[in-house]
Amino acid sequence: MTGWTTHHGRAVALPLENIDTDQLIPARFMSAPREEGYGRFLLHDLRRDGDVLRPDFALNQAEAQDASILIARRNFGGGSSREAAVYALQDAGFRVVIAPSFGDIFAANAVNNGLLPARVTEDQADRLLAACPAQMTVDLATQTITSGPDSIAFALDPVWRQKLINGWDDIDLTASHAAAITAFASRRRAHAPWVWPKD
Amino acid sequence: MKALFDKLWDDHVILTREDGAALLWVDRHYLHEGSHHGFRTLAARGMAVAEPRLTVGVADHYVPTRGPVADPAIARMVRTLDENTSAHGIRLFGLGHPAQGIVHVMGPEQGLTLPGMLVVCGDSHTATHGALGAYGFGIGATEVAHVLATQTIWQRKPARMRITFTGVAGPGIGAKDMALAWIARLGADGARGHAVEYAGPAVRALSVAGRLTLCNLSIEGGARTGLVAPDQTTFDWLRGRAFAPADFDAACADWARLASDPDVAFDREVTLDMAEVAPIVTWGTSPEEALPITATLPDPARESDPARASRIAAALDYMGLTAGRPLDSVAVDQVFIGSCTNARIEDLRAAAAVLAGRQAKVPGMVSPGSALVKAQAEAEGLDQIFKAAGLDWVGSGCSMCVGMNGDLVAPGQRCASSTNRNFRGRQGPGARTHLMSPAMVAAAAVTGHLTDVRPLLEGRA
Ligand code: SF4
Repeated sequence: MTGWTTHHGRAVALPLENIDTDQLIPARFMSAPREEGYGRFLLHDLRRDGDVLRPDFALNQAEAQDASILIARRNFGGGSSREAAVYALQDAGFRVVIAPSFGDIFAANAVNNGLLPARVTEDQADRLLAACPAQMTVDLATQTITSGPDSIAFALDPVWRQKLINGWDDIDLTASHAAAITAFASRRRAHAPWVWPKD
Repeated sequence: MKALFDKLWDDHVILTREDGAALLWVDRHYLHEGSHHGFRTLAARGMAVAEPRLTVGVADHYVPTRGPVADPAIARMVRTLDENTSAHGIRLFGLGHPAQGIVHVMGPEQGLTLPGMLVVCGDSHTATHGALGAYGFGIGATEVAHVLATQTIWQRKPARMRITFTGVAGPGIGAKDMALAWIARLGADGARGHAVEYAGPAVRALSVAGRLTLCNLSIEGGARTGLVAPDQTTFDWLRGRAFAPADFDAACADWARLASDPDVAFDREVTLDMAEVAPIVTWGTSPEEALPITATLPDPARESDPARASRIAAALDYMGLTAGRPLDSVAVDQVFIGSCTNARIEDLRAAAAVLAGRQAKVPGMVSPGSALVKAQAEAEGLDQIFKAAGLDWVGSGCSMCVGMNGDLVAPGQRCASSTNRNFRGRQGPGARTHLMSPAMVAAAAVTGHLTDVRPLLEGRA
């Protein structure tokens, strides 16, 4: 994963609450290999009426085609732990999602893939939604979203911020603590031997 | 002074960084068919599984519940799990295994989940395991790869929240109603960022099955983790399980410390009185859109907040419902009893108690949570009750909880379901799902519409 500090791109409005992961990517598409690209599955059923793309749906409009910033309402990404929801957003070109709240597992998955879940207040979300479609700049260093003259501070866990900026890979990071892990494992085994099931 | 959650947390911290991220030891890592992304990351790095003995595979999400797998993509998912677990020496409860089942039913049932453990799985309902006093939470594919490679996971400590249920549950009211009641009150993201401990006399009175249901639904209220302090009920339930500790009494002595200290302060406290909890059904497309069965459907015209009004209107539209109508006038097309929320033997008994000697007016299926639950139900003759009522008795798996294994609700069809998510399209594209307890599903089957189960239980056990 590569780190990043600023992102400039087109923002698109999806003014809905509770966009759950089943809507972000319906379960039936999840057996596809990632190499095939998950972008076409993003919000698959919400975008369509039967097999036909709904012309009134935000992501189907011409100006949304090169969008990389998605703005939504409360509880974005609630529900299932499927990381495929993040893959679908990324493969469709998104780098940033802005909403008043996110599902906890979705947000962790997003950060693990370099996608920023930026938290703003309900009022700020309304302002940004009203500005769409628009070019916006998202800066991790200053934790701000700039949209025209408007500058909005977003909330982000400091650990996640560092991770996004540095593109840290947790497995490498953890490997540097191998000795502490081994020591912990032997203490755990002495204290709770039942954790290791019989063969 | 420590809360139960603090004790579980402290027992698993290997180290805490200055920025607050802690590296936690994982005692049990469950894998299902969806774990193929994690194994691919591992293979790309040429890494081995750190602790294969602490890792357990189970086929549930994609397994067929009737006959052989027809779809080659689904067959490939089940086969890939076989290959990955056998290549890494991981115990597998695969298709056809006599103890196969849904991961959150099978794990506790086998005694593979025990009090005091830290349990993870690439599935958001992993909080289920908290019913035994374990710290369980769902993780994504990148985290699955990390746990496979290191047997650890990085976390920030969540805030602590206690939901206390006072009073006594009335007849026909159970854990599913308790869960939907708090989610309806606090919202689908109401407990976000919190580890929830369920407490109070009504929780103590629950069977382990009920506690598993209650903890299972934690994520539907936004909490990644739900917990019940282990007690004698827990220990009695675990004794003799296949993987219960050899020295069970020594383990119980250790587990007895797993309770919140009496004067500990929680970051958030919520209390619900069981006198206010009625049988609950969801009417919309989020679990927070839930009401007592005696209520009427909401009316967007009566809402002052335009955003809320349009949300209600959109949900009613998707669900094909008319504002203001009584909930119990809504006719259903089919019913489903199953899933990691409500497919344990107690759930099947509760549904059978309603269905015995009665006919279902609509078609439906019953999928037991594990092969062992299936065998037990058949030994008790419950399968005969379901079949006599006109319902299909099928194999165990995630089945109609999630539209990925062939068991689907057709577009526009309305299903009374004992599952956990009424999201748009969850049970299949265009499917309309109403969540409720298994007894309430049975009641809907008998009358053909959403129904208060209580009158149907009169004069019965
Ligand atoms: S039954 Fe449903 S909620 Fe439970 S593990 Fe399976 S898919 Fe997930």
